[in-house]
Amino acid sequence: MITAKTAYVLHSDQGMTHPATEPMRQGTAASSPFAIELRGISKAFGPVQANKDISIRVRRGTIHGIVGENGAGKSTLMSILYGFYRADSGEIVINGNHTEIPDSLSAIRAGVGMVFQHFKLVENFTVLENVILGAEAGGLLRPSLAKARGLLKDLAREFELNVDPDALIENLSVGHQQRVEILKALYREADILILDEPTGVLTPSEADHLFRILRGLKEQGKTIVLITHKLREIMDVTDEVSVMRRGEMVATRVTSQTSPTELAELMVGRKVLLRVEKPPASPGDEILRVEGLRLVDAQGVERLRGLDFNIRAGEILGIAGVAGNGQSELLEVLAGLRPADGKAWVRGAPLPLSGAGSDAQSRRALRIAHVPEDRHRRGLVLNFHAWENTALGYHHDPAYNPTRWKMDNAAIIRDTESKMAAFDVRPPDPQLKASGFSGGNQQKIVLAREIEHGPDVLLVGQPTRGVDIGAIEFIHQRLIRLRDAGAAILLVSVELDEILALSDRVLVMFDGRIMGERMPDKTNAQELGLLMAGMA
Amino acid sequence: MDVGTLVQVLDSTLRLATPLLFACLAGLISERAGVFDIGLEGKMLVAAFMAASIAFVTGNVWLGVLSAIAVSVAMSLVHGVAAITFRGNQLISGVAINFLAAGITVVIAQNWFRQGGRTPSLTGDARMGRIDLPFAEAVRDVPVLGPIYHGILSGHALLVYVAFLCVPLTWYMLTRTRFGLRLRAVGENPAAVDTAGVSVIGLRFAAVAICGVLCGLAGAYLSTGLSAGFVKDMTAGRGFIALAAMIFAKWRPWHALGAVLLFGLLEALANRFQNIDFFGLAVPVQAMQALPYILTVVILAGFVGKAIPPRAGGTAYVKEH
Repeated sequence: MITAKTAYVLHSDQGMTHPATEPMRQGTAASSPFAIELRGISKAFGPVQANKDISIRVRRGTIHGIVGENGAGKSTLMSILYGFYRADSGEIVINGNHTEIPDSLSAIRAGVGMVFQHFKLVENFTVLENVILGAEAGGLLRPSLAKARGLLKDLAREFELNVDPDALIENLSVGHQQRVEILKALYREADILILDEPTGVLTPSEADHLFRILRGLKEQGKTIVLITHKLREIMDVTDEVSVMRRGEMVATRVTSQTSPTELAELMVGRKVLLRVEKPPASPGDEILRVEGLRLVDAQGVERLRGLDFNIRAGEILGIAGVAGNGQSELLEVLAGLRPADGKAWVRGAPLPLSGAGSDAQSRRALRIAHVPEDRHRRGLVLNFHAWENTALGYHHDPAYNPTRWKMDNAAIIRDTESKMAAFDVRPPDPQLKASGFSGGNQQKIVLAREIEHGPDVLLVGQPTRGVDIGAIEFIHQRLIRLRDAGAAILLVSVELDEILALSDRVLVMFDGRIMGERMPDKTNAQELGLLMAGMA
Repeated sequence: MDVGTLVQVLDSTLRLATPLLFACLAGLISERAGVFDIGLEGKMLVAAFMAASIAFVTGNVWLGVLSAIAVSVAMSLVHGVAAITFRGNQLISGVAINFLAAGITVVIAQNWFRQGGRTPSLTGDARMGRIDLPFAEAVRDVPVLGPIYHGILSGHALLVYVAFLCVPLTWYMLTRTRFGLRLRAVGENPAAVDTAGVSVIGLRFAAVAICGVLCGLAGAYLSTGLSAGFVKDMTAGRGFIALAAMIFAKWRPWHALGAVLLFGLLEALANRFQNIDFFGLAVPVQAMQALPYILTVVILAGFVGKAIPPRAGGTAYVKEH
């Protein structure tokens, strides 16, 4: 076990100690092997019980993972530890001392720091100003800024936390903004650092860098709590891992003695197939055919440079590629969201790509359904109820709109209830606003809307982006079931694993062109990776 | 225009800019903390009435100023409770304060003084005395320096100097102090302040209270310095002109000074040149008097370029991740 001594050395030459915190931390560090003990924490938001009688112990000087599906209550629990929310009941013990944490100031004084999923930075302030905010050394800024500048330099050297102290936050990359959040916590002498879904916004190399930083912090004796739903991260960096499910703590494991499969089962509460079971496809007639598809954007850049492909009934055509190589534009063109040049046919009948009959409503009339890549901007109106979202795009459907002018809201609500049941949307409440659902459940609402109308062609972009494991499995199964019912599915995803797992044929796009076609069982990630990089 | 007229116009520019400057800085501080305040007008009006009433009754203008501040701060706190504590709509709360002020001042004035909703004229110590700056008499006849120092800068009420002193003070407070840093932060991203362990509500109430003090000074100067008594609706839209100046200045104190001087100059010109012969065409007095308001419209219509208000402005803080 690493003692608090090393952690203290880090700051001793700066004299950076809050008088109020010093007595609290002295002498108690060795009395308990646990940096954090939460006992019987409960928290409700209105009717939703976010945390139910949760107890957890985190050993000092370790990296402790907390996993769970979206909405399992991980963030709420840690926000309580940071004083952002107050628990309805339960107690908090930090380094063996009972600690009341009614607000964030108390948490900071107890040595707890938190990096929220959505950063709490002032965008038009400099890095230094953000770091000292709330922890200024006195009434005037100049000495505080000078002191922070010195300390930041030391921290940067020690932990690879390089950030230009005078840069404005809005000019920094997300990865650098995250470093500022970590620096904020370290500046406040946090011994316990909580990170909420830290890699969701990072590129893979930024994520690797973050994990190096975390390991460095651990070596200095800091205790780190890592909230995530990515099992690979848990296996890579944590020492122990606790699993939460639906507001309850279900298990704690030593990371080296568990497996992703076991963790996934604990998270979801049942067996999970990390790999979908897919019976072989039996493609039928050609449903969609595209020839010479070209798109020039408003800046005069050619985004699609002549695409030719077809999809048959009962087939999933996967489009692989690094984001920004024309996949989004392809979806938009086929969904009728922007005009393009070229020819297309649906079930042998010409499909106009521009002008009359090329709008989204006409596409829906031709049984072409679209699950947009960005469900927040295009898939849903977040401020609408679930049932209103279910009617979007199908508001002319006679079942919803029998008189052509007055919507039958009761019918829509009943239909939403049955769709929610069929797609296991939680909570199954049609009156809840779309923004009130977790990412996975929002996606299920969109998929239910599009799939339950029985489309002949389904255009689907990034179906499992920001979706938790249980929901991923469910969504994949639904797409395959739709395929087996005879639909032609165009799947765009930047997740190569997803493309390989679901597709019957794979096209790789690069710079607006199709670089090649492969069969998923006769290719591998390496070959596809080369095609995605434009190296044919 | 001869030198004498120019000196007169500039002299009156300073006096006319003073209530605008107080109100503009009041709005600036409130909005930098994220609380929109279109109730500047109402607070000034109530303060003007209170200052004139108390100054008349007690014969002491400074008691009038203090009571003006008190009543203005009280109304600010009403806005604060509505907008910060109860997360109400900040514009509606401001409108309510303006309506309340317009009505209540006249009703109470009529009840107290029976002069048709005005206060009696203030004389002697009930009005703000003028202050001659040191050596003003001595340099009176020195060329250039004389007209500027004696003619324009000297001989104003104390609050004029206080107002202009408030500009560097506000700038220093905002950019050089801990309070200023937190104040700006709470107007940009209150969640950052909250998670840093600082009270969002406390900071915003502090800003609103400062806004109240400054509006109190603006109103008091209006009725006891610029005029000699309160009359119905005497603010005449100055609270809104101050808001326009604040937007024109993009929420920056020194720029606010420039903006209110421009408005003050226009008003001074309108007062001085009631009838202008413009190449044989007689410009009516109303056109001149409308100039500050026309400029307000032009500015608010977006001719100032990109004015980015504080990002969390106008919205109450609700915790979420």
